[in-house]
Amino acid sequence: MTQQQQTAGGDVRLAGISKTYGSFTAVHPLDLTVPQGSFFALLGASGCGKTTTLRMIAGLEEATTGTVFLGDKDITDLPPYKRPVNTVFQSYALFPHLDITENVAFGLRRRGIKSVKKQVDDMLELVQLGDFARRKPHQLSGGQQQRVAVARALINHPQVLLLDEPLGALDLKLRRQMQLELKRIQTEVGITFVHVTHDQEEAMTMADTVAVMNGGRVEQLGAPADLYENPRTTFVANFLGTSNLIGGEIVSTGENLVVAAGGGKLALPRERCSASSTAAGGRLLLGIRPEKISLAHADDADDIPAGRNRVTGRITDSSFIGVSTQYVVESPAGTALQVYEQNIERDTRLVPGAEVVLHWNPAHTFGLDAAQDIDAGATSVEDAE
Amino acid sequence: MSVLRWIRRNLIVIAGLLTLAYMILPNIVVMVFSFNKPKGRFNYAWQQFSLDAWEDPCGVADLCGSLSLSLQIAFWATLGATALGTMIAFALVRYRFRARGAINSLIFLPMAMPEVVMAASLLTLFLNMGAELGFWTVLIAHIMFCLSFVVTAVKARVMSMDPRLEEAARDLYAGPVQTFVRVTLPIAAPGIAAGALLAFALSFDDFIITNFNAGSTVTFPMFVWGSAQRGTPVQINVIGTAMFVIAVLMVLVGQLIASRRKSNARN
Repeated sequence: MTQQQQTAGGDVRLAGISKTYGSFTAVHPLDLTVPQGSFFALLGASGCGKTTTLRMIAGLEEATTGTVFLGDKDITDLPPYKRPVNTVFQSYALFPHLDITENVAFGLRRRGIKSVKKQVDDMLELVQLGDFARRKPHQLSGGQQQRVAVARALINHPQVLLLDEPLGALDLKLRRQMQLELKRIQTEVGITFVHVTHDQEEAMTMADTVAVMNGGRVEQLGAPADLYENPRTTFVANFLGTSNLIGGEIVSTGENLVVAAGGGKLALPRERCSASSTAAGGRLLLGIRPEKISLAHADDADDIPAGRNRVTGRITDSSFIGVSTQYVVESPAGTALQVYEQNIERDTRLVPGAEVVLHWNPAHTFGLDAAQDIDAGATSVEDAE
Repeated sequence: MSVLRWIRRNLIVIAGLLTLAYMILPNIVVMVFSFNKPKGRFNYAWQQFSLDAWEDPCGVADLCGSLSLSLQIAFWATLGATALGTMIAFALVRYRFRARGAINSLIFLPMAMPEVVMAASLLTLFLNMGAELGFWTVLIAHIMFCLSFVVTAVKARVMSMDPRLEEAARDLYAGPVQTFVRVTLPIAAPGIAAGALLAFALSFDDFIITNFNAGSTVTFPMFVWGSAQRGTPVQINVIGTAMFVIAVLMVLVGQLIASRRKSNARN
């Protein structure tokens, strides 16, 4: 059976799956395919339906509608203990009355496998916990418990490993370390990982594909770089990193759209605009990432090369971060434009109160439909938990 | 000065020892008087050291019969109350159903109600039902009042249990029965054990309810009460001392096992 599970893999496919509790819809009908062997992240703030989606794959939550496929097999009606899928739970859920060896061996023993010692030893070696085999879970640190939870799930060679905020309880430094560790293990064992997180940095670091969820729906799905560079909704633009969004009206169309905004004209490539209508006279939201903007003092405005998008403004705040300095700029185009400047040659004139010109390559601009909440997703990680 | 300082430094120890003495003194009196050889029928004044009673603990008519009856009732009452109480506790914590709140407070009723009132009501009930008073009526009554204590003890434990542990078990190929046997039960065990011990102790020395509902059957507490009117045989002290020693030994063994397990886990 184990052999079969290892070889007869397949994609995880969710077809029209949804979950409602009474009148509350946690997950709207959802179609999603997780390719075999990929590292897939479900990203969103708490209550967006990402954990519910994960639990429906695990079988811990019954889907209200829709079908869960594993390869060609319909597993929608299988109970969790009959699915070749294992979960790493948030806060780990290690069995407190069993030692580490028995925790890890639990799945094997339930399937009637008698000689578990070698497999358990190998697995504890993989997560570097060989010396802790006889300890109880409460005698281990958070990071060690986390690795036991991974070992306990992985030893069963599931077709899919589900991770529910597995690093949420760890401090920042350990979290970074475990991100790399999990990525290494995933590459080593080649199992499909579905990872639920509210930490956009974590999702982007680890996953091949990220699905951004909001209000029980998938807002956008793609590779991390693609999502970051080409967000298609304001939620994704704000939730994944930071975006400056500027409202404006299209004045001319062509290969480049030209938009009147904040008393000036800004250009963007037409193919980077995801708004439904790009006709002249239509409204549009222009997006630009803070690190793509260059900052020049107003006195040097003449030195800025032609063909760049420009916005004038005044610095209201600046914070020195070490590698970079983050500025907040007030301008007719927006009250709180964010600009990140690398600290290569610091211009001492760029202090709060200084008049500045923001300029950037028009090709770095993306366009969004104006008919949406400009602040969606802006209050992200800190408020999520 | 130095005496005052010594007292101040050791205040907590002194207070602790005094409290301990307050609790243990009655037991010591029982123990000491089990070696007495009283003149007359009452064992209330020290006469001389003797092992007579220890050598013949069943030497008084009906004493060991009543003891055995009490132990039997306590055993079955514990079993019944623990099984029922555990199920009730799980139901109350884990499931949402109609009248859950009402049941939650009704469970406390036997604890809150004056025992003598409950005893009298039970007797009325049994008489009206035409039940024959004896072993069974006592057992039913004991299960009834032990139940609330078991539910309270187990509920506290179940409330602190993470339901995700059972989900983890199900996720790791354990079916419903396996999940219960391998995960739920072992983790709830301390609460269940505490409830069971409480039930045993309560049932074993209950007098009021038993006395009302026992008919002509005589349990150990009833026997002691009865003899207190007519003369107290030393054997009562012997049985009392034996129970006390057994209980203390059980606690010691339990702690020994626990500390050994802890040091094993550390190595």
